[in-house]
Amino acid sequence: MTKVIWFTGLLILLGVFAVSAQENVLTLTVVAHDSFTYSEEVMDQFEAETGITIEVLRLGDAGAMINQLILSRENPLGDVVFGVDNTFLGRALDEDLFVAYESPALETVDEAFIVDPDHFVTPVDYGDVCLNYDVAYVEENDIALPESLADLTNPEYSGLIAVENPATSSPGLAFLLATIAAFPEDADYTYLDFWTDLVANDVAITEGWTDAYYGEFTRYGGTRPFVVSYASSPPVEVLFADPPTDIAPTGAIVADGMCFRQIEFAGILQGTDNPEAAQQFIDFLLSREFQEDMPLQMFVFPVNGEVELPEIFTTYAAIPENPVILDPADIDAGREDWIQAWTETVLR
Amino acid sequence: MDGNRSTLRWLGRNGLILLPPAFLLIFFFYPIISLFIISLAPDGVIDLSGFADLFKTDYYLRIFLFTTGQAALSTLLTVGLALPGAYAFARFDFPGKSLLLSISTLPFVLPTVVVAAAFSALIGERGLVPLHLEGTLTIILIAHVFYNYALALRMISSFWATQSPRIEEAARVLGAHGWRLWWDIRLAAIRPAILAASALIFIFCFTSFGVMLILGGIRFATLEVEIFRQANSLLNLQIAAALSIFQLALMFALMLVYTRLQAQTSTDIQAAQTVTRKPKTRGERAFVGGNIALMSLLLFAPLIALLVRSFRSADGWTLQYYSALSTNVRGSVLFVPPLEAVANSVVYALATTVLSLILGLIAAYGLARRGRLSALLDPIYMLPLATSAVTLGFGFIIALDEPPLNLRTSRALIVIAHTLVAMPFVVRSVLPALRSISPGVRGAAATLGASPATVLRLIDLPLIGRGLIVGATFAFTVSMGEFGASLFVARPDTPTMPLVIYRLLGQPGAINYGQALAMSVILMGVCAISFLLIERARTLGIGEF
Repeated sequence: MTKVIWFTGLLILLGVFAVSAQENVLTLTVVAHDSFTYSEEVMDQFEAETGITIEVLRLGDAGAMINQLILSRENPLGDVVFGVDNTFLGRALDEDLFVAYESPALETVDEAFIVDPDHFVTPVDYGDVCLNYDVAYVEENDIALPESLADLTNPEYSGLIAVENPATSSPGLAFLLATIAAFPEDADYTYLDFWTDLVANDVAITEGWTDAYYGEFTRYGGTRPFVVSYASSPPVEVLFADPPTDIAPTGAIVADGMCFRQIEFAGILQGTDNPEAAQQFIDFLLSREFQEDMPLQMFVFPVNGEVELPEIFTTYAAIPENPVILDPADIDAGREDWIQAWTETVLR
Repeated sequence: MDGNRSTLRWLGRNGLILLPPAFLLIFFFYPIISLFIISLAPDGVIDLSGFADLFKTDYYLRIFLFTTGQAALSTLLTVGLALPGAYAFARFDFPGKSLLLSISTLPFVLPTVVVAAAFSALIGERGLVPLHLEGTLTIILIAHVFYNYALALRMISSFWATQSPRIEEAARVLGAHGWRLWWDIRLAAIRPAILAASALIFIFCFTSFGVMLILGGIRFATLEVEIFRQANSLLNLQIAAALSIFQLALMFALMLVYTRLQAQTSTDIQAAQTVTRKPKTRGERAFVGGNIALMSLLLFAPLIALLVRSFRSADGWTLQYYSALSTNVRGSVLFVPPLEAVANSVVYALATTVLSLILGLIAAYGLARRGRLSALLDPIYMLPLATSAVTLGFGFIIALDEPPLNLRTSRALIVIAHTLVAMPFVVRSVLPALRSISPGVRGAAATLGASPATVLRLIDLPLIGRGLIVGATFAFTVSMGEFGASLFVARPDTPTMPLVIYRLLGQPGAINYGQALAMSVILMGVCAISFLLIERARTLGIGEF
């Protein structure tokens, strides 16, 4: 009996060491958030051409990922990170997590996306956070679409809107930032005044995107026809419609100043043993193959201006002409205070 | 006088007795203390201003009061509702008993988002019962009872079944009737099990996370929610660490009190073989029927709502969500064949069950011998349950990064994280029965030359067997449901069923939603079958115990 128990324990330990001892010189570890995905064939091609093996390590949502990168700075978890967005970028840059690299592939990318002039991070994709609406509900009940954030406090939208908590949700934070840009802290009518009115207008606040979309949204059995989601959600609704449809069941409201643009970046992590392979991977993220693959995999828009969007995106996705874009350093400086003030105004 | 001594000595001689504390030390205390040090002393100097911040406003005080109040209320409700059921399951035989028991445990594995969907199909503006409970304390309490009912039911009834009904008969002959019979005899006999179940449920509700965030709406916050917000969203590790330490200290103090209470409860009751029989009188039949009806309403209705929804599309009945699960439309690497997800989950769960049974059983033997050390160790074994998932996950990242413990990205870490949470269930399920074994019996057996293994097989196992089954069931369940910690553990690509559900629910689209419900139903199915098999293990090899 004793022997059996010790033997089992020993086996478990050996297994642990065997797994942790695996090391391959040509393996590049890519740290990413849970939504990072791509077509197998695109990555297979990269691996075949370069001889690099890619191992993906998913670390939860974007916030959890950044935290773990900061905590493991002395002994990094991987070589490259994908998925740092502009709401967390300031913090990540402050913590000195990255090695600078200016990819030659950046020439295909619009200047507006190159937020970090020192190239510690490279933009890969973007997406706009904005209100989505349930087309059938809005038509049946003859509700006009709001044309500005200020409209949302009108009584006709009372009890009809669901937003996510900025303290726990990335689209929630993006939407809060859009309201801060629209109603600045130093204006007569600040974002906190706006939120006070929004609460008075019976807005629903949820923890995350999933419970807003699948819990509150009228399309999935909820009671709110307006929900904060992405500009790319309507084409995805068509893609996964049941039964299949040619008409988008939801729409995105992309009027000026109503959307916040999230840009996602990749960066080479300090302490990598494979800087060259890491650079090749960054170039690959900007390549036509990967950029063309992204929209239907992660439902984001490519930063590479030479890439054509898939048909379902050109038909059903609206791209805002004037989204809100804030400086990552400003976001970082204000984030905690804004969230705190928001929490005190909205939840207490 | 202590009957455990021979087994204990045997465990001690082989150093096995040290395994559970060592496990906790390496995989629990070392990581979280490392995290606390980094959080409170980022520049090498310990800065305790995080604690001072907690007392600046009454904000945290209110959160604390709410957390405690709702946990106490939830525990009372759950145990109160489960007690009659536990009696029915311990004393009576009726058709479908083990199936009912198995199904009642299913809520435990379901992600809160899915449970919320099931609830909203039943209660809510568009549900069967048009009540608006969203964001109220009522729905939080209902959800806590839904999740924890089976825990109380199974822990109490398994213990009750080992208590001889002869005492009751004697009491009745001596004139105990009605409430006196219940209060003085029946409930007194099972106090250890009631306390054990209450302790677990209280910790659970105290650290409630998903239920608060998703069903409670965000106006309700527990300390656990606040720790998550501070650590994960505001990147404020200092406050998060201060809150974590506060929560741990509080739980430790509470468990100390619990252990004292537990030690005072009488254990002289002679454990006996189970006597169950069919309900005979009309009253008994109504009692059993009433409990089944309550379980149906409380537990089965939401599960059935989920089942039905996974087969319904806008066009009527459909199997397409299930078939969509196994087609990779976009050639995506995130796609997981359902069988692979099932296999991953089951492998992790089996490893967790075996590891936590071994460690939990050894720990329970150590604790069964009363004394100062066990009074101190007992609450310590419960601490992982009271630790927020973020704290543990971040602690692993910092502490387990150097050989020989370079486990940050190892699959073993997932099993370890699950085992930390599962072990307390095994300890709590086994300990009451283990303590009630009359020392004389074991002593006699040892005197007559029985080896420790023989004593274990012939005397201990028949009595603790039921507790062991309950412990194994919940260890398995903890892992299947990916309780807390593992969601913050970095992992190579071995997606489990709950992870697939979360991924599907992270994308818009009716097909994604339908698939998430279908995967939840598969998760329930796999668990239900596993529970029945675990139950069956009782009769395998060793005979009925």
